[in-house]
Order: sequence, then C-alpha cells, then structure tokens
Amino acid sequence: MPLVKAGRVIEDRFVRVLDDAPVPDGVPVILPAARLLADARELVLRQAPTGVIWPNDRRVAELLPYLDWIALVALVFPTFRDGRAYSQARLLRERHEFRGELRATGQVLRDQLLFLHRAGFDAFEVTKEKDTAAFAEALQRYSIFYQPTGDGRPSALRARLSRGPSSTVPERQAFVR
Amino acid sequence: MYVYDDFDRTLVDERVREFRDQVARRLSGELTEEEFKPLRLMNGVYLQLHAYMLRIAIPYGTLSSAQLRTLAHVARRYDRDYGHFTTRQNVQFNWIKLEELPDAMADLADAGLHGMQTSGNCVRNITTDQWAGVAPGEIEDPRLWAELLRQHLTLHPEFSFLPRKFKIALTASAHDRAAVRVHDIGLRMHRNGAGETGFEVIVGGGLGRTPFIGKTIKPFLPKRDLLSYVEAILRTYNQYGRRDNIYKARIKILVHELGAEKFAREVEEEWQSIRDGALALDPAVVAEIATRFRYPDHELLDDNPPELRKARTEDKRFRLWLDNSVANHRLPGHAIVTLSLKPEGEPPGDATARQMDAIADLADRYSFGEIRVGHEQNLALPHVAQRDLPALWRALDEIGLATPNVNLISDIIACPGLDYCSLANARSIPVAEEITRRFKDLDLAHSLGRLHINISGCINACGHHHIGHIGILGVEKNGEEYYQVTVGGRADENAELGKILGPAVPYGEIADVVEDIAAAYLELRERPDELFVDTVKRLGVEPFKERVYATR
Amino acid sequence: MTSPLQQKLKVTGPVVITANRLGDGAVVYRSSDGTWTTELAAAAVVTTTPAATELLTAALADRLRAVDAYVAPVQVSEQGVRPGNLREWIRCNGPTVAFPGQR
Repeated sequence: MPLVKAGRVIEDRFVRVLDDAPVPDGVPVILPAARLLADARELVLRQAPTGVIWPNDRRVAELLPYLDWIALVALVFPTFRDGRAYSQARLLRERHEFRGELRATGQVLRDQLLFLHRAGFDAFEVTKEKDTAAFAEALQRYSIFYQPTGDGRPSALRARLSRGPSSTVPERQAFVR
Repeated sequence: MYVYDDFDRTLVDERVREFRDQVARRLSGELTEEEFKPLRLMNGVYLQLHAYMLRIAIPYGTLSSAQLRTLAHVARRYDRDYGHFTTRQNVQFNWIKLEELPDAMADLADAGLHGMQTSGNCVRNITTDQWAGVAPGEIEDPRLWAELLRQHLTLHPEFSFLPRKFKIALTASAHDRAAVRVHDIGLRMHRNGAGETGFEVIVGGGLGRTPFIGKTIKPFLPKRDLLSYVEAILRTYNQYGRRDNIYKARIKILVHELGAEKFAREVEEEWQSIRDGALALDPAVVAEIATRFRYPDHELLDDNPPELRKARTEDKRFRLWLDNSVANHRLPGHAIVTLSLKPEGEPPGDATARQMDAIADLADRYSFGEIRVGHEQNLALPHVAQRDLPALWRALDEIGLATPNVNLISDIIACPGLDYCSLANARSIPVAEEITRRFKDLDLAHSLGRLHINISGCINACGHHHIGHIGILGVEKNGEEYYQVTVGGRADENAELGKILGPAVPYGEIADVVEDIAAAYLELRERPDELFVDTVKRLGVEPFKERVYATR
Repeated sequence: MTSPLQQKLKVTGPVVITANRLGDGAVVYRSSDGTWTTELAAAAVVTTTPAATELLTAALADRLRAVDAYVAPVQVSEQGVRPGNLREWIRCNGPTVAFPGQR
C-alpha cells in the first residue's frame, strides 16, 4: 500500500510491530495501542520515533499522556464508510494539538482524500495504486469550504466578512425553454 | 429567500465537476459499484426499480420561480415531464439516466439547485415549515438559521460518513408545522424568561422501524451557540452511534440506549470545549448571511379588498377554495395560498412540467417570484395580495391546482411505494388514488374536517405513517399486499405515534376500511368541530376497531 | 417484499437473473449467451439452485454493464415467461399507475 505524504509517494520508514513482537532498536516503529499503553515507560526512552495505531472505537483522550513524545498516530477506516476516525483526527489535531504525523489507514480512497486532509491527516496509506497519481487533483477539487477545521483553509463565512459586501450572482439561464 | 453569492455558486459548480469525474470513473469501471454507491447517494442519486432517481434539495422548502422553471426543464429534457415533491421538501425525478446526470446537475447548478446530501449517511435537507417567514405569530424567520446550518453542514469533512442519515428540522411558530419532534435534531425557536430568542434542542426523534418522539436535551440554547452545539451533537453521534446494525444506527437508538440525560451530558462535555471557538456565531456573521436573504417589498394593503369581497359573494366555487386553501399572512392585505397537488385520482405530490412552468409564471405575477414546498407534498405561494386572489384562483383552476381539499381526507401524504421504490413492500399511490375517488364529494370531505392520511409502502416510513391521523403501512403477507392501519398519530407540538387498529387488511379492502373509519368518526364525534384525531384521543382505538372489523 | 438482494439463494421454481443497466438504470435480464436483454422473453430461465448460482455468479462478475443482479421468480406457461410476483411485474411493465396528467 503506497504511502503518500506532502503530495508524494514516499518510502514508509516506520515498521509495523505486531502485538508481542520485540521492538527493534533505532528504527521508527508503529505499535498496537495496547502495547504503547503497557510499555510507555520504556518506549519514551527510545531514540527512534515511536508511533501507535489507534482503533476507531477508543477515545483518543487516552493518548493524551503520550502526545508530546510519540511521532505518529495511525487511525483506522475499516471501510471508507466508517467515519469515526474523522472525529478522532480532528480531536487530536485541534483539541489536543498533536503535531506529529497523523496517518490514515484502512480503506483510504481518492474521493475521501480532501475530507481526510481537512480533518488533519497528513499521511495516507492509499488503498489503490492509481489513486496516488490523483492525490494533488483530489485536494484541489474544491476551493470553497463552508466550515473551519484545523487545516488553515479560510471558511466562506470568514472570507465573506473580510472582503466586504459582494454582489449576488443572478441565476444563469443556460438552457432553452 | 436566500440568494447565492459566488462562494455558494462555486461550491455547487465544483461539486458538479467532481460528480462528472466520478460518473466517468464508474462507467469506465475504475470505480466499483461498492465504491461509487455512497458517492452517488451523497448527490441524491438512487437506483430504484426501473431507473435511477434523482432527489434534489429545496433548502427549507423555498424555491424561486427561476428554480421551478429549471425543475420543469429537467423534467422535460432528462425525465418524463413530471416531478414528485417529497415529505422532506425535496423534489424527485424518477427516470434519469446515470450517463446524463452530470449534465442534468450542471443545468440545476445554473439555478443554484443540487442534490448534495439528499441521501447518504450525512446531514440531509434541513426542513422547516412552508409558512416560515410569512405565518402570523412566528417569532422570527427560522430559515436564516436553517441556512446557517445548511452551509455549515454541507461537505463537512468530519460528518460525511455518519453511522446513518441525519435529519434536522426547525420551527419558529407555536404551532409546529415542521414536525420537529420526529427528527434527529429538532430546533424550536422560542423566547426565554428574559425575552431573548433561542432554541429548544430536541434529539432522537424519528419514524421508521423504531419510532421515537425526540427528547429535549437543552431547553434554551442561545443563537450564538447554534453551530457549536449541533457540532457537539454530531461529533458525539459520529463517534458513538452504532455501526454494527443498520437498523440500530440512527441517533434515536443512541439516545434511547444511553438515556437522554447521559446523552445530554456527553454532548455538554464536548460542547464546553468548542462553544467559544470558531463556531461561535458573532452577529457580524449572521448579519452577513442575512444580507442575502431577500424579502419582498410588500405594498401596504388593507384586508378584505373589494375584489375579494365581490368574488366571495358571487362565486361559490371561489369561496370554497378561499376558505380551504388560503391562509392568513402576517401582513394585512396579504395571504398564503396553498396549491393542492392532490387532485382526484392522481398520484399525490406530483406536478407536470407544464404545471411547474405555469406555477412559476403565477409566482412571478402574484408572489414576488417565490414558491414554497410543504412536507404535506403541496406547494404554496407565500406572498399573494388578497386583491389578486380571484384572478389567481381562476388561473390555478385552469391547470388543476385549485382542488379545495387542503388538510382534508383526500389531501393524502404518500411515499412513491412499490410502483417506484426498491425498498417497498406494497404500493401506495393507487391506494391514495382510490381513497381520493371515494372522498371526491367535497361536502363529505369538508364534513370530516382536518384529517391527515399518511401512507408508507414499507417500514422505512417515508410517508410518515406513524404520525398520520390515519396511518397506512404497506406490508407483505404471502406475496400479497396488505396494509396495517393506525389511528391517532400527530406530528405537531402534541406529537404522538398512531395506534394499531387491528390486523392488516388486503389491498382490495384498504379503501373500504378508510371509509369505515370515516363513518365511525361521524358517528362517534361529540360535536361537528371535534377533530378526528381528538375523537380518537378521547375514545381510544376500540370503538373504531369494533366498527371496522365487525365484518372482517 | 424483502429486498431480493438480501435473500439466501434457494430455488424452488423457474427463475431468471435480473439487474439494472448501469448507464440508464433500465431493467435487464441475463440471457444464456452472457449478455443482458430488456426483454423477459429472451431471458435465460433456470430451475435449480446450482444453475441459478452459476448464472448469478457470472452476472455479478459483469459489473460494467449491470448493477445489483439477483434471482427473480418467473411463471412459465404456454403464453411464455411472465414475472413471478408483483414486484417483478412492476419492474417488467412499469408503474401500475399513470403519470400525472396522463389520464
């Protein structure tokens, strides 16, 4: 599954460590949630970056004690239709001000990339090879956003206020009656 | 009504472009049906029995004449010359080809119309009542707040993949015509003790398989907090709503399983973190949206002008229509005119392209270019000068839009049913048509008074049968169509679910049963002006059950 | 009628495979030559569960032309093949009610 970050396919330098397997030294790792919680005291001392894969049915508030030192949180979309991780992502980015890599995993498809980006994800384990080429296009589909998130894009409400009164658009009559 | 600015227009255009690309990728096979289906649903595109169906949003039921002409154009160019108005103030076209949908959507976008979020597990069309802004005694126009919510919840990145669909309704009248208590979120505008206007927030109402009346989780929410509080509710639902069982995935189940108090506390806790953030509505933001709400420049007119007096005295048919279909406007000399889309023997809630064009012309002439769509599946012209009523009536009468049966037994609310819908167990349209034929005698219909029949072709309850004074639910028994009847439901501020009358009856008998119920009511009511639904409340189901099932 | 898409396959009489055409949503039936037809008379009729399963599997694999294929009952008589229940009758013949303004 290709990893896309900053608009490019990159090599994933993080190694997934399963359940009880030993954590390799000097290598960035992604651990299961239970593992992080159980071994946090040792893990915080690691030289290499430590990340966690967090299930979508657990409160991200449980991660609070670790957010200032873990490098990566991977959230899960078991299917693209299960949108719980969007809330988790926003809470991590906006409420808890997590600055590390926020990675979307599971079923990650082109047509949700913009939503994911707006919710605070900055890395994407893209399900389909073909979708990596469309990443830039996907992010540019819309120039108007009604609601503010933590992504810094101005909301329409704010943009309207800052530009002052504008004219409305008369309805176009592009068809023949 | 709200007029789009270039931001609004650009968003819809970008949506059309995105959908055109998605359709192309589906037709080429790059997207599977499984991947495409949620995407098309989020643009209001269903696959029904015979064809694709396109559902177009009419935000809070307000339509301009230009928009109505666009709907007529779409009906003619891409469909079969008619459209169907729904119980959620949307319009549906039943025969559109997927290949042509991007073009149809582009034409709709020219008039600021779209199908965004009219389906899918996201926030659906936000509804209010069709008299918003013009009804006497309304606290203020709720549509401004509906528009603020609409924008905030359109393509919201966090809430586009909820556990299930989400429906919001607003009312600002003492008499709730928007059925706020049977929505996922109902918002009732009212004044508190200090004279401030705010919202009662009601959560977890809904019909369908497990109907619930909503619970008030916040008796008074200041206007400033509307977006942040709704955000807190949706975030709570998005995280904790059930995703294991499609029949238990609505917020009403979460509220029921947690209990209203615990649910309210969860929301409150989330809300405390965001109430003073970017979503707090400052007056400048509200005022900015309000600048694009256009209100007619009404003349100062007197009530009961001579044209009206004359016609009322001289023309019995006009008088009948006047008394039935015309309601008081908050301004003197004006009126709200309901256009019944329930003529005898016709599918309820449908209008032909020709009628749509004619209504658009009449709206321009008599209603400042504005039309309303009601969830009773009728239309309304909200700004008519009383002196124009006789001329308007003649024009409506000519095109079959002046049946004086509004709110009467033949003003039936029905889903499309098995004739169109792939979810249905039974047909609803022919049942409605037959009932209109049995009650075509206007004297009989008038003697029965206000009596809402709601027909749903399956348990999904798109016809809102649970809150019908008479509710009819299509079920299947051994491959045959049967109908279960309930009585005594209502959707207003005294909202209540109907009670089952007795065993389901076959297709051939359902119209007879309705006649028997009507006859029973005439016999049992205390006075001629005791409404059917009040007679049921007073006496219960038994006396009706006895009479209906005596020979069955 | 429970949506046929949720049925467990158990064939006890003559059936066809039906679906909706991708491009325009029209009702189509699977023919024995592996194509789709809008004419019920040209549909492949099978009477056993294995035959229906085979036909359905092939139909479901053909995702580019038809959507939501499923097994539908038919009646076979000297007059030919007819839809086997009301839902299929409506799919085959259209709504049982006239369009508005047509009467």
